[in-house]
Amino acid sequence: MTELVLTPNIGTADDFYADLLEAHEGLSKAESDALNARLILVLANQLGDPQMLRAAIAAAKLPRG
Amino acid sequence: MTAIFERELYPYKRHADQDAAAPVRRKVVIVGAGPVGLAAAIDLGRQGVEVVVLDDNDKVSFGSRAICFAKRPLEILDRLGCGQEMVDKGVIWNKGKVFFGDRKVYEFDLLPETGHRRPAFINLQQYYFEDFLVARARELEAGGAPLGLRGKNRVAEVVDKGDHVALTVETPEGPYQLEADWLIACDGAGSPIRSMMGLDFVGRVFEDNFLIADVVMEADFPTERWFWFDPPFNKGQSALLHKQPDGVWRIDLQLGWDIDKDEEKKPEKVIPRLKAMLGEDVKFELEWVSIYTFQCRRMEKFRHGHVIFAGDSAHQVSPFGARGANSGVQDTDNLGWKLRAVIEGIAPEALLDSYDVERVHGADENILNSSRSTDFITPKSDMSRIFRDAVLDLSEHYEFARPLVNSGRLSVPCVYDGSPLNSADALHGPARTRPGAPCPDAPLEGGYLLDRLGDRFVLLAIDAEVPEDGFEEAGVTVEVLRLSAADDVTGELRRRYLGDEACAVYLVRPDQHVAARRAGWNERFMRSALRRALALGGDEA
Ligand SMILES: Cc1cc2nc3c(=O)[nH]c(=O)nc-3n(C[C@H](O)[C@H](O)[C@H](O)COP(=O)(O)OP(=O)(O)OC[C@H]3O[C@@H](n4cnc5c(N)ncnc54)[C@H](O)[C@@H]3O)c2cc1C
Repeated sequence: MTELVLTPNIGTADDFYADLLEAHEGLSKAESDALNARLILVLANQLGDPQMLRAAIAAAKLPRG
Repeated sequence: MTAIFERELYPYKRHADQDAAAPVRRKVVIVGAGPVGLAAAIDLGRQGVEVVVLDDNDKVSFGSRAICFAKRPLEILDRLGCGQEMVDKGVIWNKGKVFFGDRKVYEFDLLPETGHRRPAFINLQQYYFEDFLVARARELEAGGAPLGLRGKNRVAEVVDKGDHVALTVETPEGPYQLEADWLIACDGAGSPIRSMMGLDFVGRVFEDNFLIADVVMEADFPTERWFWFDPPFNKGQSALLHKQPDGVWRIDLQLGWDIDKDEEKKPEKVIPRLKAMLGEDVKFELEWVSIYTFQCRRMEKFRHGHVIFAGDSAHQVSPFGARGANSGVQDTDNLGWKLRAVIEGIAPEALLDSYDVERVHGADENILNSSRSTDFITPKSDMSRIFRDAVLDLSEHYEFARPLVNSGRLSVPCVYDGSPLNSADALHGPARTRPGAPCPDAPLEGGYLLDRLGDRFVLLAIDAEVPEDGFEEAGVTVEVLRLSAADDVTGELRRRYLGDEACAVYLVRPDQHVAARRAGWNERFMRSALRRALALGGDEA
């Protein structure tokens, strides 16, 4: 089983970030929330592996301390 | 249709026990002639165990209740002798549609696995189920089985006497006393016996109401399960449409929490709702309407000395996933052979503690599944609604999101992993037939595997050498069912029981769960496995 990648892995970080913001442009808060939820589900399906998914949820909660 | 509700199936008749000078002692008394009590009675009665069923009522249960029965309970009913009636009368379905808002988001086909005698599910009104069970009990009684059914016998008092139970029973002709070596409480979710014994029943109440209606209509809706999330005719709520026999359709409409139940039940309120759902010109008649609030809860323990709880009295789930009656029947399947072994002195009372372990495990699985469905259908927070809607929106376009849609996961039997009756797995075989698992059916030359397994301890030997006459241990004769590749007409036996192994020997319990399995015959191993399965403390070979 591979580990969840928590080091830089997106080749074109600035482009991705810009795409993300652009996708939300002009959306209401509710529409943005819905888009985010759909995006999470699409990405989760891509990840697939239950252990990785659990690790990703844990990582998103931020380490304590 | 309503006639079936009114027929007295087991009318009150005075019994000699009512005139006895001293309370008569019966081996097993079952309180409640609902589906679970009746199934338990049939199972014990046909095995020759004396059993008396007492019920407050004398008719089938009134109104809209269970409609969906899964494969495993049907297989159990085959063993009890009324599976065929169920399947003949029931509606078999595999397809469904899911709607979100005003659009259909997808269709599905459950594509049930082939190679099973019984279908994955049938839809059938609970009153038919109870009617078949009563008929079967009557048939056994007429054939001399020690089984008695007493209508209008309400249990008013239960006193635990340690090694037996004393009961006070109310009848139309006054009360009488009765004693039971064992009492099985199948007296439903509101179990008076549970209250009399001061026992707990904790869990989660879902703050929601559902209007359940059975309507008779001439309509060409297909035999499919239709589920709506947030439909225009029931804004912000859910709805379900499902077919039953005799042109009866089950409709569930979620109503929310703050409603006036009596008001919502009135035909002048219900009919417009249904018209909005079915279309203005569909002709229908209301057979039954009721409003339910659902709960998920269970007793901490199902066995309390000589009083054993089964069915809704022990555990209750929301109906999404059709688990109530289905799991209750599985309780009786688990209990029947154990109680008989204890009564016959073959096994110690400790065997009954495994009923507790195994069926609590089953109840927890059902409660978990049913709670998850309810959480999807009725999101409890803004974020949970956002995710729910995201899943539904995605499901319209992408297949990947469809398994996340949860409008009820249909009941499958649980595997008794970790049960004290299991022996360590000694076969690199398929996971689905590991110790604790219910045996999956498989087609054989001229029949099906489960019918051949029956309801005794049996050694299932597939391409393996075992002693022809089986073996005897602790007073139990273990017979042999020897099968080979030649019997395996479809290859399913191999796929389900051997996997990559060349041969295997399975020790199967009377409830058709696997107790032990091994790549080949080993006498010490199997003797020990049998003792363990009877709570006699098998020692490791
Ligand atoms: C709307 C709805 C839909 C459902 N759908 C499904 C489904 O699709 N599939 C499924 O498997 N389950 C379903 N269920 C659940 C199912 O109906 C129950 O799980 C099932 O009826 C439980 O059977 P039981 O024998 O344990 O209890 P009950 O059917 O409640 O029977 C209890 C019996 O005990 C008797 N009794 C009570 N007190 C006493 C007393 N003091 N003395 C003597 N007798 C007494 C009563 O008269 C009654 O006959 C549904 C339930 C509802 C409400």
